[in-house]
Amino acid sequence: MTVTSCAAPDQAAPIPASVDLEKETVISGVVLAASGDPVAGAYVRLLDRTGEFTAEVVTSPAGRFRFFAAPGQWTVRALSRFGNGGGEVSVDRGVNEFQVSVS
Amino acid sequence: MSRDTALVTADWAEKNLETPGVVFVEVDEDTTAYDGGHIPGAVKIDWKTDLQDQVRRDFVNKQQFEALLSARGIANDDTVILYGGNNNWFAAYAYWYFKLYGHGDVRLLDGGRKKWELDARPYTKDVPNRPATSYTAQDQDLSIRAFRDDVVKAIGVQNLVDVRSPDEYAGRLLAPAHLPQEQAQRAGHVPTAISVPWSKAANEDGTFKTDDELKELYSAAGLDTSKETIAYCRIGERSSHTWFVLHELLGEPSVKNYDGSWTEYGSLVGVPVTLGDEPGSLEG
Repeated sequence: MTVTSCAAPDQAAPIPASVDLEKETVISGVVLAASGDPVAGAYVRLLDRTGEFTAEVVTSPAGRFRFFAAPGQWTVRALSRFGNGGGEVSVDRGVNEFQVSVS
Repeated sequence: MSRDTALVTADWAEKNLETPGVVFVEVDEDTTAYDGGHIPGAVKIDWKTDLQDQVRRDFVNKQQFEALLSARGIANDDTVILYGGNNNWFAAYAYWYFKLYGHGDVRLLDGGRKKWELDARPYTKDVPNRPATSYTAQDQDLSIRAFRDDVVKAIGVQNLVDVRSPDEYAGRLLAPAHLPQEQAQRAGHVPTAISVPWSKAANEDGTFKTDDELKELYSAAGLDTSKETIAYCRIGERSSHTWFVLHELLGEPSVKNYDGSWTEYGSLVGVPVTLGDEPGSLEG
């Protein structure tokens, strides 16, 4: 199979060695409940500068998420059975790390 | 087709988990999702290993599809309820695939895994034991499947609907933003294709918008319903979601899904490609 999927890869896995962090803009982080505990199975959506949906992933058992985007302004929004949360972020090439609280 | 025959709600699903003749099928690329917990009684189909030929880039053939459904214990007269993650992308892809091979009664669970999760409905790790059946498939219904030559011929003539994100359409991104961006194919879109991201057809919880909202969405985007329509994305599953909306919910008679999509078109030698946010023209 040469066709890769449009589904999200394992959010807990390390960034593959084939990914060039000189070129990629990674938006990653953790979703936390009001208690401060990480939220597994939350839906994290990436919206572009116009508010249009761009991607969505499900958090890992440790509450982790990761997107591959481009430098600029984005909105990260999390939905979960414990509530919703999120906000605007400004990112550059390399790894950009965020915490998203839901309540 | 309509909402009543193509879609079920999470409430209906939870009440019909044990109804004879109703089979729940989870379709995810991420098979660990099913293994970590699924709707009670649901069986699993893996879109990549079960629905794709493992040598050529094409679907499994009729005999392989028959063997798959027989092994999963799905009978010809069963009502198949498909659901999955990614806002039902792969479930919609499987729905289109079941229709391609002529299954009678197949429906999508509105909202899929996401709505189920956000509603905090029950999951199980128990794998059901369904006795094997003897399933008979029909020949592929090519009135709902487009190939690359159909797409080239449709430029400037029929409706082409690009359902990827605006940045993929314009050529600023080559893949959805949860995937690495290094790709072999050229960026951009098929000239004259209109941009209607699949996500505009769905609510935040993954359920489909109302018929009136959906009609307004495509009409405002310039879809001419007097013409045939081809939907495409990157590999054909997000466009299955849009095919489902246009053909199954809104009842548009002539809608095809181009499963080769951008990973094929963007790699073709000699075909026209448009960059930027406008549909463009055949002349470039």
